[in-house]
Amino acid sequence: MIEQRLRFSKTGRAIYISHLDLMRTFQRAFMRAGIKVKHTEGYNPHAYVSVALPLSVGVSSHCEILDFGLRDDIPLEQLPELMNKALPEGITVTSAYNGGQKVGKLKYVKCEITMEYDNGVPAGTSAALDELFAANELVIEKKTKKGMGMSDIKEGIKRISFEEHSGFVTVSCVLSAQNPAVSPDNIVSAIKQKAPEYAPDFASALRIETFDENMEIFR
Amino acid sequence: MTDKLKRILPLVQKPARYTGGEYNQIVKNKDEVDVRFAFCFPDTYEIGMSNLGMRILYGLLNELPNVWCERVFAPWIDMEQQMRDNDIPLYALESGDPVKDFDIIAFSIGYEMAYTNILNMLDLAGIPLHASDRHGLKNMVMAGGTCTYNAEPLADFIDLVFLGEGEELDVEVCQLYAEAKKAGLSKEQFLIEAAKIEGVYVPSLYDVSYNDDGTIKAITPRETAKMPCVKRIIEDMDKAYFPTKTIVPSTEIVHDRTTLEVFRGCIRGCRFCQAGYAYRPVRSKSKDVLVKQATEALSDSGYQEITLSSLSTSDYRHLEPLCDDLLDFCIPRSTSLSLPSLRADNFSMELMKRLQKVRKSGLTFAPEAGTQRLRDAINKNVTEEDLLTSCATAFSGGWNGVKLYFMIGLPTETDEDVLGIADLAYKVLATWKRTASVKNRGVTITVSTSCFVPKPHTPFQWEAQNTMDEFKRKQQLLKDAMKAKAINYNWHDPDTSYLEAVFARGDRRLGAVIEQAWRDGAKMDGWGDCFSLERWLGAFEKCGIDPDFYALRERSRDEILPWSMVSVGVDTDYMWSEREQAYKSVITPDCRVQCMGCGANCLLKEKNCDD
Repeated sequence: MIEQRLRFSKTGRAIYISHLDLMRTFQRAFMRAGIKVKHTEGYNPHAYVSVALPLSVGVSSHCEILDFGLRDDIPLEQLPELMNKALPEGITVTSAYNGGQKVGKLKYVKCEITMEYDNGVPAGTSAALDELFAANELVIEKKTKKGMGMSDIKEGIKRISFEEHSGFVTVSCVLSAQNPAVSPDNIVSAIKQKAPEYAPDFASALRIETFDENMEIFR
Repeated sequence: MTDKLKRILPLVQKPARYTGGEYNQIVKNKDEVDVRFAFCFPDTYEIGMSNLGMRILYGLLNELPNVWCERVFAPWIDMEQQMRDNDIPLYALESGDPVKDFDIIAFSIGYEMAYTNILNMLDLAGIPLHASDRHGLKNMVMAGGTCTYNAEPLADFIDLVFLGEGEELDVEVCQLYAEAKKAGLSKEQFLIEAAKIEGVYVPSLYDVSYNDDGTIKAITPRETAKMPCVKRIIEDMDKAYFPTKTIVPSTEIVHDRTTLEVFRGCIRGCRFCQAGYAYRPVRSKSKDVLVKQATEALSDSGYQEITLSSLSTSDYRHLEPLCDDLLDFCIPRSTSLSLPSLRADNFSMELMKRLQKVRKSGLTFAPEAGTQRLRDAINKNVTEEDLLTSCATAFSGGWNGVKLYFMIGLPTETDEDVLGIADLAYKVLATWKRTASVKNRGVTITVSTSCFVPKPHTPFQWEAQNTMDEFKRKQQLLKDAMKAKAINYNWHDPDTSYLEAVFARGDRRLGAVIEQAWRDGAKMDGWGDCFSLERWLGAFEKCGIDPDFYALRERSRDEILPWSMVSVGVDTDYMWSEREQAYKSVITPDCRVQCMGCGANCLLKEKNCDD
């Protein structure tokens, strides 16, 4: 059962904090903030925290979710302010509430990918990429549970569009978060593998919002 | 963060160690300070951030309104390669500014195998390696830490050395630097002024000449240089600055917990131990100050683990009441308290049991030598009976493992002493069989041996080290003598110990070797996967220097030792008499039983030793 949930953003220098380190950071932040939370049992007791859909190192997000168990009678609306004083630069709690949908119900993630081209965006990039992602299937080599393998990511891309700017292309997409999971990194890989002439020199990603299967905001 | 950096961070291991931005890092406006101080640690972030000294000085220097102290660590191999490939100079974590922009570049040096990292970091920063190639006040390279009690091998590269504890010394040097900058002094003028400060050693103000046999003929101070330079200490530990608001790393480090320093110095006088001599005299914090600092530090950091730090924690006079008070705070917040550096002779099982309330920890003792005769020779006043009694209590209390630390190659050691280590391990095993309350899971007795490295400022500073072959032979003796399944033997490779011995007692001529080895690719020499003895031996050969001269040669009493211009406060005659006692296997009582007049009490002006 989900007792309490908080939403937070992870941006700036904090995007390089790994998933395990992020959990430790929250455990300590609860202690620093003086907020009593449920602890794990056993050999090495520490604050219980659970982060849904671990973010890859280097990806920013405005919509991260962390579950915990409050053992304090502080009003939940005060929690973001207390936590933000205790968190490192780049991690900001935006809201906290009781309960929440099961993490299994989290179906889609809206992302923005910025693809940088050091020698300018090649002519016709957005048209070519529109065409690439409009195909009926998009089989790429990607990491699976069994190692590297070929898989079709097309089914996991709900929406995708490209916008050209001076020196970079913005990719707006809605990707399946689990079963199957498609990451922003897979999108860039697909371009590198299938349309290398439009591969960027560098790409960075931002998670904007999470949704359930009905495209309602996941809470 | 620059775009260049953003592009390489996703490509390297553990990028969070290169970003800064942790909780409690200190950011100032660079235009509002007089002195920008780059505190450089010549090893990785995980090692450097675990160093309490660095945390003390970082906090302290940043309390000065006109100084901004930032952190710089050695990038790991993959990150260094990316930085070099992309022309990213070494930068400080807080501002991200290049180290080249800083006024003072100060290294904390605790390990000889980090010397090449110092050169590598200067090079990555784009700063000339040689002190003589750096002109002007900017980029003044300084160093402190245990290794700098003999900074001679680094004399070519370092402008100024801090001797001893930095809480007052570093502040005085920074303020003098700020004045020098305002007055427009030259580098030479500043160094001549700085050399007047007690605890400052300026290598360039000493001329060293050599005899034909390679020993030192004379060390001649010039200008304001002191002979000897005496290390600095903090007299009143209760009043000394201690950081209770410290950086909490966002990525796991080696000692990822709150460290509470209980006292400095050691009453014991183990003759091999540099820290035991160099950190004299003993100065403790009072219990109430410690409890207050611990409470504040744990609350502010959110850590759920605290460790007491000192050279011999069970010698703290108020240890049990201190632990009681700390546990009152720790237990309700699921915080564990650990006590390393316990001695087998005054170890309290009651105390150990109380410490286990949150987390059960292992048990470690360091008898250091296998026989009573050799333990007496090195003045490690622990008896076999002490050890076996402590183990018996622990085994009957449910522990099923113990770690035992020893050294091989100690002065006067015979094969009988070496085999005594195995003998002791078997006695511990027999004790377990006799006393264990829980036998179904068996027992693990871990025996670790390190290779003795003679250190400057100890009674063994005149000793020859064992050859690498001799170390290996002794390790083989032990491997053959400890075949029991329950005994797990770990030994330390003598390669690095040999080089440590060379550099620990090295002189200025070794600067060329360090530079050569670095040019040949040496860096991160403290890490097994980077270290190459062949590369080092090649560097010695290219420089025409015999490393055996430094590691394997016994010195005479009248030889001028390279570090003679430095005093840790202990009289050389006292150290020599301790060496003579060692050869007679005569122990010296600890400082609480009887003051032996080592001389370190003269460093105290207002208080008494061990007050």
